[in-house]
Amino acid sequence: MKRLFLIEFHKLKNNRSAKVLSILYFALFFAITLFASIRFKFGSIDFQLAEQGIFNFPYIWHFNTYILALLKIFLAVVIVSMMSSEYTNRTLKQNLIDGLSKKEFILSKFLNVVFFAFASTALVFIVSLILGYSFSDFNELSIVFSDLEYLLAYFVKLLGFFSLCLFLGLLVKRSAFALGFLFLIWVFEGIVTLIVKFKAEGLDFILRFLPLESMSNLIIEPFTKMENIKMGAQAINPTFIKSYDVSFISILIVLAWTFIFIYGSFAILKKRDL
Amino acid sequence: MNKILELNHLTKKFGNLTAVNDLSFTIEKGNVYGILGPNGSGKSTTLGIVLNVVNKTSGEFKWFGNRENTHEALKKVGAIIESPNFYPNMSAEDNLKLVCKIKDVPYSKIEEKLKIVDLADRQKSKFKSFSLGMKQRLAIASALLNDPEILILDEPTNGLDPQGIHQIRQIIKNIAAEGMTILLASHLLDEVEKVCSHVVIIRHGKMLYAGSVDQMNATHGFFEVAANDSKKLEEFLNVQTYIEHFKIDDNGTYKAFLNKDFMADEFNKIAAESDIYFSHLIKRKETLEEQFLELTKP
Repeated sequence: MKRLFLIEFHKLKNNRSAKVLSILYFALFFAITLFASIRFKFGSIDFQLAEQGIFNFPYIWHFNTYILALLKIFLAVVIVSMMSSEYTNRTLKQNLIDGLSKKEFILSKFLNVVFFAFASTALVFIVSLILGYSFSDFNELSIVFSDLEYLLAYFVKLLGFFSLCLFLGLLVKRSAFALGFLFLIWVFEGIVTLIVKFKAEGLDFILRFLPLESMSNLIIEPFTKMENIKMGAQAINPTFIKSYDVSFISILIVLAWTFIFIYGSFAILKKRDL
Repeated sequence: MNKILELNHLTKKFGNLTAVNDLSFTIEKGNVYGILGPNGSGKSTTLGIVLNVVNKTSGEFKWFGNRENTHEALKKVGAIIESPNFYPNMSAEDNLKLVCKIKDVPYSKIEEKLKIVDLADRQKSKFKSFSLGMKQRLAIASALLNDPEILILDEPTNGLDPQGIHQIRQIIKNIAAEGMTILLASHLLDEVEKVCSHVVIIRHGKMLYAGSVDQMNATHGFFEVAANDSKKLEEFLNVQTYIEHFKIDDNGTYKAFLNKDFMADEFNKIAAESDIYFSHLIKRKETLEEQFLELTKP
């Protein structure tokens, strides 16, 4: 296990573009949160995003995991390019000849995905904790550490998404095409959603099983949850009720996709002649 | 003798094309083997199968008498296939470190092996800055990292300049002299003839010959002769009992194949006594190349 992780980490450490993108990714984490704490003063306007209640515990867990998950595309590029370059440099072949089994190869890639997802989650936790303690109106421990399931959802979301990237990188063998393919899946899911919404409402239960849709279902948008916005929404539509909880089923669905992507990668690699 | 690799009725089909057809041979410890075959004869595919990168269609192969599964066995094998494959942005040293991690070998081996291939002073340079010859030498260093029980080389001198070819050959010779088992796939015959003790000849995925180089060369040789009166020469050759048969070459010389050892001076004397005077006489053996071309004639 450790050996496999170190093998992949060695590749990562010595890959310049992967290193730059990873550093950029983690730097953006801090940049975004720093931005939120800046106070804007334009004449009579005195605005600070942090004062709007977004950094209140426990709401901050929801808000930060939702916003920071948007950055995952950076690491997605790293994962796709690391995978497809194994094909273009034919190093995958050399790895196997050197004595890595196909299973070990996939496992080492997957461990790296887990590492990325875990490191991101840990960082979200730390950043949110710092911001929360700086700006939150409530600092009681019981409130600070409530709603932590958003972190779990965040972890699973990244895990599923990165596994999909890994799978596409292996399937398509070219990073640009793989990312294009990812975009196509996104468009395809949009079309399916539209068709179901307007033509076959009875089938809307299938939507939550679509891979990208299931990942975005893990953390529902946090904006309408904020008190003043929610009140506004209820004033317009008195029946406005929405669940913002992390659903257990959604986590299961994404974990199932993760398994399918990783096992699928292994099955493809096993079948292919290199 | 220790069996290192055993192939039993190995077959690989790509759609309609049979790249490897019912191939069986055994590699024993301490010998240097050459796999000969024209381009596209299935050499690389065969090596790909035993190296776990190509899936076989049928048949089987056993590493080290099947004591372990293939990828574990490969940790005791050193192999380079076709072109040297490394991470272009990593330094030579970092590339070898990665191989060490995969093969469970300590880093201390790196310097030792880089010295063998004369790359020790370039170990910090990126792989992509290397010339093809250096890349190939790095690949050999990488294959030697684990002090393998067998070294597999697939076309190691392909595309190199004369110096590069010479360097690689020298390295291979040195390694062979230390008693390592080597499997060398090549279509360059003098390469094989110079270093190999055994050959396997393949054409269209089928094995044509497997055995020692000496045995393959175990003919009595032939005389290459010419005389002004070719008609008289033919009559003369026809009646010599030690000459099995003869044929006329393009340039008008005759090749007279012997069925037993016979000295050239003796031959010359008999001819002179029969009033035939050679304008040209050479006794020689067929080169591996000539035998190979004979064997692989379409």
